[in-house]
Amino acid sequence: MPTFVYMTRCDGCGHCVDICPSDIMHIDKVTRRAYNIEPNMCWECYSCVKACPHQAIDVRGYADFAPLGHSVRVKRDEEKGVIAWRIKFRNGQKEMELLAPITTKPWGTCIPQLRDVSAPTKEQRDSELLFNEPKYLRLDDGDIHTLKSNGLKLKAGVYY
Amino acid sequence: MAYETIVEDNIDILVCGAGLGGTGAAWEARYWGQDKKIVIAEKANIDRSGAVAQGLYAINCYMGTRFGENNPEDHVRYARIDLMGMVREDLAFDMARHVDSAVHQFEEWGLPLMRDPNTGAYQREGRWQIMIHGESYKPIVAEAAKKSADKVFNRICVTHLLMDESKENRVAGAVGFNVRTGNYHVFKSKTVVVAAGGASNIFKPRSVGEGAGRVWYAPWSSGSAYGLLIGAGAKMTQMENRIVLARFKDGYGPVGAYFLHLKTYTQNCLGEEYESKWWPQLQEMVGKEYLDPEVSHATHRPIPTCLRNHALISEVNAGRGPIHMVTMEAFQDPHLEEIGWHNFLGMTVGQAVLWAATDVDPKNENPELTTSEPYVMGSHATGCGAWCSGPEDVSPDEYFWGYNRMTTVEGLFGAGDAVGGTPHAFSSGSFTEGRLAAKAACKYIDDGKAEGIVVSQKQIEDRGTDIYKPMEHYRVYRNEITAGSVNPNYINPRQGLDRLQKLMDEYAGGASVNYMTNDKLLHIGLKKLKIMEEDLEKLAAEDIHELLRAWELKHRHLTSEAVMHHTLFRKETRWPGYYYRGDAMKLDDENWHVLTVSRRDPKTGEYTMEKAPCYHLVDDESE
Repeated sequence: MPTFVYMTRCDGCGHCVDICPSDIMHIDKVTRRAYNIEPNMCWECYSCVKACPHQAIDVRGYADFAPLGHSVRVKRDEEKGVIAWRIKFRNGQKEMELLAPITTKPWGTCIPQLRDVSAPTKEQRDSELLFNEPKYLRLDDGDIHTLKSNGLKLKAGVYY
Repeated sequence: MAYETIVEDNIDILVCGAGLGGTGAAWEARYWGQDKKIVIAEKANIDRSGAVAQGLYAINCYMGTRFGENNPEDHVRYARIDLMGMVREDLAFDMARHVDSAVHQFEEWGLPLMRDPNTGAYQREGRWQIMIHGESYKPIVAEAAKKSADKVFNRICVTHLLMDESKENRVAGAVGFNVRTGNYHVFKSKTVVVAAGGASNIFKPRSVGEGAGRVWYAPWSSGSAYGLLIGAGAKMTQMENRIVLARFKDGYGPVGAYFLHLKTYTQNCLGEEYESKWWPQLQEMVGKEYLDPEVSHATHRPIPTCLRNHALISEVNAGRGPIHMVTMEAFQDPHLEEIGWHNFLGMTVGQAVLWAATDVDPKNENPELTTSEPYVMGSHATGCGAWCSGPEDVSPDEYFWGYNRMTTVEGLFGAGDAVGGTPHAFSSGSFTEGRLAAKAACKYIDDGKAEGIVVSQKQIEDRGTDIYKPMEHYRVYRNEITAGSVNPNYINPRQGLDRLQKLMDEYAGGASVNYMTNDKLLHIGLKKLKIMEEDLEKLAAEDIHELLRAWELKHRHLTSEAVMHHTLFRKETRWPGYYYRGDAMKLDDENWHVLTVSRRDPKTGEYTMEKAPCYHLVDDESE
């Protein structure tokens, strides 16, 4: 029903509730475990599946068009910077394991604090440049493109 | 009701909605406003919110000027032909000239961009697209936004903008409620960057049950970009320009990498190439300027997305469906097969789930394609959104009023789906627009434009009453009936959404009428939307979660009304394959080579429509 939660694995920690972009993972008041309260607003985005520390959440394809008996499981590891997928076909004929990097840097370490970099000058404020520009535009000494630099103008009407 | 009121005061830059546009705005604002107070209000959790929540396998907008690949004007010309001429080329040029600097920063932050082993340049998927391992694209840019923002308020559904009471048409902040605690949140701010999402789910989806969640654009994209701006009286542009996507059937898995990188292609049920036979007839509808297959063949000028949709729709209507994507050739190469699957796992896992469930192995069979229901948004191959000022050094007078990406409401800025006329921005371009808006917002404050803003207690209390009205309405009328959801005094948000989707589908050119509408149908549709507005006053919400759905519905309704008015105004068929005006089946450059601009009067709800000139970039010497 898009996502669903295995009774024996869920401990009601709420990580899925915290991350679901659609606000559909809620804690059941009786069982104190998570469940999908609105399957037709689930995108199968797997955010909750990836966030669950107990692999308690899985996906069963949309009942309108997906027959039972398949499986797409995932494990995401921020420390190792990888995500691992396992796909099993309904007919048991095909099974795939796929691995992909999710980051090339230790998590969150390579983003500067812009409060602490040297403040922009008045000239920069009055220019069209953004932070780190023009350097980051081409990673050379080139400047920002303008209509003038590129020999262009804007003309109203059917002119291409 | 016993909810607390929580006021966050003295904000300089309030970012409403932190997908790619909003994270860009929050990040950049810190540089230009190192001592300014920057606050994010986000409906979900910024680590996984917006359209990029599940990741992306490509960045679809990267010039590669650094590698000598493209210049900004090349991208403008591409977006222009793809959108049948209707683009704000000043904004498009501005986005394109900055977008590479955002992408280079993403790589530095740890986003894995693939490299071409031979050239060392980024691995191209197509001329504009580069391939990435982007499962964590959103958490990475969220880290940047969190680093820059003073405070991030997750789980706040922003419902309205606050307006200044000392100066007309000037923004003063926003209000909303916490979808967990139910508390009322008031954000008093000098400027607001609306970076909320476009609209899925306003046209009836092809899937009917659970599968309605597998919409192409995220189901949580509730048109709040438009609902907030229209509600504040900002002018909108190109709202008729909804988009229909040709995608893998039911799962709506992306086709970009398949076409461009894997070199798969389409054919009809007889195994025939079908597109070219529709071109002569289509050329009569739109003119040779917009469809010239010979030129396209010789120069790699793209055939517009909508026109390729038209060929697909026409072929299916002629009885030669389904249309298949021919994957069986490419997928014999194990490397390409892996890319084909990674492509889904990186951004549309549901398509992989569906193929596993239906035993579709693209190595052994060619999967089906279909055209989706329409979507209203402004960052993919379409440009719905607010009428915004462009940059000073590029924009002509009609497109410039002081601050880049500022809407027609003072101090109110847009980014991503919120900005109209800027198609093909995608993730990186939306992030870039957020950066541009943030710099301009800082300048607006530094120029003293945000002095003396007044928000009365009355405005705050009135908005609070508005917000909780659906819960109050439920409380009052619930016990008039024994049980169940049928009540003569109210409808619930799901019932309202069903009604909205049905009438948009049938009257404004949805999938079940083959994207066809006309003057008469649109008038009936507008009448029904107006009556629906009365019923939305009687919306009932059982709990805070339903209150969230209630406000999403109200934003979708405001969006839909704008779509309907714009579609009625433009008396031509500009984008066959996106929608058809049956009473004006030709493209009409003589009367309609213009951008459509609307304004809804917030006091009366009345719409006024106008035409704005459409400027194009031309070579300076061509006179």
